Amino acid sequence: MKAKHQRLILALAALAAIIGAGLLAVSALKDEAAYFYAPNDVKTKGVEPGKAIRLGGMVVKGSLKRAANGVTIRFDVTDGKATVPATFSGIAPDLFKEGSGVVAEGAFDGKGTFVATNLLAKHDERYMPRELEGMSYNETTHEMKAER
Amino acid sequence: MIAEAGLAALWLAAALALLQLFLAFAGLKGGKSELLAAVRPAAVAQGVLTAIAFGLLITLFIRSDMSVLLVVTNSHSMKPWLYKFAGTWGNHEGSMLLWVTVMGVAGAAVALFERALRRDTHMATLGGQAAISLGFYAFLLFSSNPFARIDPPPPDGQGLNPLLQDPGLAFHPPTLYLGYVGLSVAFSFAIGALLTRQVDAAFARAMRPWVLAAWILLTLGITAGSYWAYYELGWGGWWFWDPVENASLMPWLAATALLHSVTVLATRDALRAWTVMLAVIAFSMSMVGTFLVRSGILTSVHAFAVDPERGSFILALLAIYIGGALALFGWRIGSVREGAPFELVSRETLLVVNNLLLSVILGIVLIGTLYPLMTEAFGHKVSVGAPYFDRIAGPIALTLMIALATGPLVRWRRDRAAAVGKRLMVPFAVAILATVSVAILAWGRIGILPFCGLVIAFAVGAASIAPLWKRNLLRTPLFTWGMVIAHLGCAVSLAGMACNSAFTVEKLVAARPGDTIQTAGWSLRFVQIKPIAGDNWTALQADVQVDRGGAPVLIHPQSRFFASPPTTTSEAALLTRWNGQLYVVLGEEVEGGRWQLRIWWKPFVTLIWLGGILIALGGALALVGRERRGWLMKWRARRAFA
Repeated sequence: MKAKHQRLILALAALAAIIGAGLLAVSALKDEAAYFYAPNDVKTKGVEPGKAIRLGGMVVKGSLKRAANGVTIRFDVTDGKATVPATFSGIAPDLFKEGSGVVAEGAFDGKGTFVATNLLAKHDERYMPRELEGMSYNETTHEMKAER
Repeated sequence: MIAEAGLAALWLAAALALLQLFLAFAGLKGGKSELLAAVRPAAVAQGVLTAIAFGLLITLFIRSDMSVLLVVTNSHSMKPWLYKFAGTWGNHEGSMLLWVTVMGVAGAAVALFERALRRDTHMATLGGQAAISLGFYAFLLFSSNPFARIDPPPPDGQGLNPLLQDPGLAFHPPTLYLGYVGLSVAFSFAIGALLTRQVDAAFARAMRPWVLAAWILLTLGITAGSYWAYYELGWGGWWFWDPVENASLMPWLAATALLHSVTVLATRDALRAWTVMLAVIAFSMSMVGTFLVRSGILTSVHAFAVDPERGSFILALLAIYIGGALALFGWRIGSVREGAPFELVSRETLLVVNNLLLSVILGIVLIGTLYPLMTEAFGHKVSVGAPYFDRIAGPIALTLMIALATGPLVRWRRDRAAAVGKRLMVPFAVAILATVSVAILAWGRIGILPFCGLVIAFAVGAASIAPLWKRNLLRTPLFTWGMVIAHLGCAVSLAGMACNSAFTVEKLVAARPGDTIQTAGWSLRFVQIKPIAGDNWTALQADVQVDRGGAPVLIHPQSRFFASPPTTTSEAALLTRWNGQLYVVLGEEVEGGRWQLRIWWKPFVTLIWLGGILIALGGALALVGRERRGWLMKWRARRAFA
């Protein structure tokens, strides 16, 4: 085989690989990128049980309850338009509290409760999950604002 | 005075970079030897000046000089010495100064130690290094001055993010940056070779040690970062597919591909254009990563300050350098002749497969990382996380491991398929044995990806040591040992990942002092909870006595409170055994005087980082082996001449 032909073949292989990667990525993103949901998205679009998603919103005041076993908590997540019940078993981050923002990773069970396997709250005053930027909660009126 | 001296050193270094750029290109263009003679001294002086500036900033931090703005916003006089020192780069300006310093010192090293490169290419490379440095000097001096003063000085500083107050801060960022920014040398080499039209085997042999050195440090930096995140964040995970982690993974993927293709170019004079392209891409990925981390479009512990102006500045640098390099590539690549051809069954082919698969993974990670930013520009917020990366990159990475097992057993240039098959018999037998035993031992408990991972890890482990088979181990060249150990490291790391995701046992309890918890063969007795105080924190500490049939050991998970800035962090307690780690996190107090304890038993999780260290060690052996061979040959030649 001539060097020139070989170079052409290699270039085509590289091109095919890059295009393949792109197509693969795009097809996967179609499935996975709708990965972040606000409660209102859950209500309007629906999420099948068992699908791993991130649910983001504010923890409703007065909704946080701890089960008798001491490790499971129940709380409601809202974006001002809809509210979703959620449970979490584990050590909640320090800045996870009522009236503040949370991003929960997990999936819905068959009864419409979101079972979180991981909670991402603010690490400190400077760090906020990116998905929650533009959301705010009014302490007195219990009103949620979401610019989305 | 110290701050002003540091700033002056930076300005001088920037001026020298400009001079270096001018001298190199004016000298090359006009063929003026006297101009070129000053290029190397300029590069060395520039390296020294950046190191001085960086040393001065460290001094300011150690002295807690509160008249310097950066020290005020990121340090505190009560902080332990180590974190005053390492806190120098635990912020935006300091880390950018570290970036510029690594670039300057790397340029000085190329000026001092590079002997194999043709002189004109060497000069053009130093010119290229000066050109990229200039942009980052401008960024530092015009938008991120680390030496700015504050008047009047406040009584004390605001402190450092407690998550960063860990010995890991002293090691992870500098190592990572040395690798990350060290790739700028490969970029400059590519620019130099394109300008002087010297893309050949000799050029590749000259570039290889620099790529290897950067890659070793990058590997160590990523490994250290992964372990740090694992024990500091208290989530028990070792990789989160966080955009910032991806920012370090992407240059590593490109550098790994480059490392292999530069070997093809050095040994067989093939893959010329592709190698140059990869050298450009590797450092471009470092710059893309910096843009992601430093522009404030991401929020994480790594993104220190949110400032859109800085983001646009880095984006402009990105466009200029990547665009410029690609334009130069497009312009000059026509004049790079085809390299030597090779047969289909040859090591070259396997290395091409390696390069293509690494590029595919790189593309997938890049798209997954940028996609949320692109959709956000159009008003949609999405996140792309582990499900995407695991599903797509996982299987391709496993395929890559199969190529990794095969490649070293195939001869350069031409081989017979039957002979290769014969050499693969033992790894193949190991794979079958592993399939059967894993299936018997863990059927139903293990997912498909970890299952394949474990089987492939065993097969790759066997295949990676196969090149040593029937060889005199003492006479085997050091760089062959390096390859064997690095590949073995991949297998070890993969085994750790597979074991961790398949066999981890997790238990979450609310326990009273005095309670005993049984999990995964361990017995944990919650002895007591007590307050303790550290240098700049107070903590609640649990004493937990653990044993699994042997002598009991006391471990201490803590929940720490830092006063400045006010933050609580949880310090996991880790107990390492040969076959895994026990990982205990203390949570909050719940009603009934109970405390939450989260316990993981992670079989063989330590193999993940041990593998990373082996990979870097393999790289180091290869580097020393090649360099030593060069010295020996030179020495023999000189003696024969005498």
